[in-house]
Amino acid sequence: MSESGAAEPEEDAGRRIANEARERVRFEEEALGFADQVYRVARRMVGTREEAEELVQDTYARAFRSWRSFTPGTNMRAWLLRILTNLNTDRGRKIQRTPDQQPLEESDYYLANRLAAVEGEQALDQEQVVERLSQGGVVNALAELPHDFRDVVVLVDLGEFSYADAAQILDIPIGTVMSRLHRGRRILKKTLAEETLT
Amino acid sequence: MSNDADCEKCEELLQGYLDRDLKPEEVLVAESHLDGCEYCRRRYRFEAHLRRYIRTTAVERMPAGLMAKLTELRGPTAEGL
Repeated sequence: MSESGAAEPEEDAGRRIANEARERVRFEEEALGFADQVYRVARRMVGTREEAEELVQDTYARAFRSWRSFTPGTNMRAWLLRILTNLNTDRGRKIQRTPDQQPLEESDYYLANRLAAVEGEQALDQEQVVERLSQGGVVNALAELPHDFRDVVVLVDLGEFSYADAAQILDIPIGTVMSRLHRGRRILKKTLAEETLT
Repeated sequence: MSNDADCEKCEELLQGYLDRDLKPEEVLVAESHLDGCEYCRRRYRFEAHLRRYIRTTAVERMPAGLMAKLTELRGPTAEGL
């Protein structure tokens, strides 16, 4: 139409920029609202508090840079965790960890049976019996899980993500999530039995 | 009534049952076994308590100061809007 061709009138450009800035601010605020939940998952995926803090900061730095690739209305917590697990995987590869040995797991009832042997069958009825395992015992047992298993257990059992969300976050099939989860929990229970009940 | 084979089947279903991830017919098998078997019922309770314990004890809150560091990472447009 006019000589300026496709160029946007200055006023519209200004409005567009302001709108985008507003959208971005909204995105940032929503993302920061998940910081504590993201940290909790991160903390159990890595060995130390410092590493977890660093990982969460790297995650938010990347999230804020690439906020446009987030689709509004989808699960932002899962989106953030996807970034986090990718960063964590990259880091893991750089550190070149020793290949995970796959520990043998025992049956699902193993820990309950061991506790029953130590404390008596009736003890299983009492909720407090789990405290015998101790907070330190749980934290150590999680830390000792091979990381493929740990990531799934942490996302589902601590982060309370669905199988489907965990599959998306880790970019693995849902069947793999389920098998790693089941094996991971068994390994966890075996470790707990061996480290806290002997 | 229960026997070892039923308990084994129940053990196999229990994690899925706790995850609410069983097919309706499997839920029926698990629940009817749990109704009649104290051995498995105790283990079911234990597994439920264990999950809650792991979830609550393994959680560590975000350290003070991290939020401020994350806020600093925000884009330059964050102010004045």
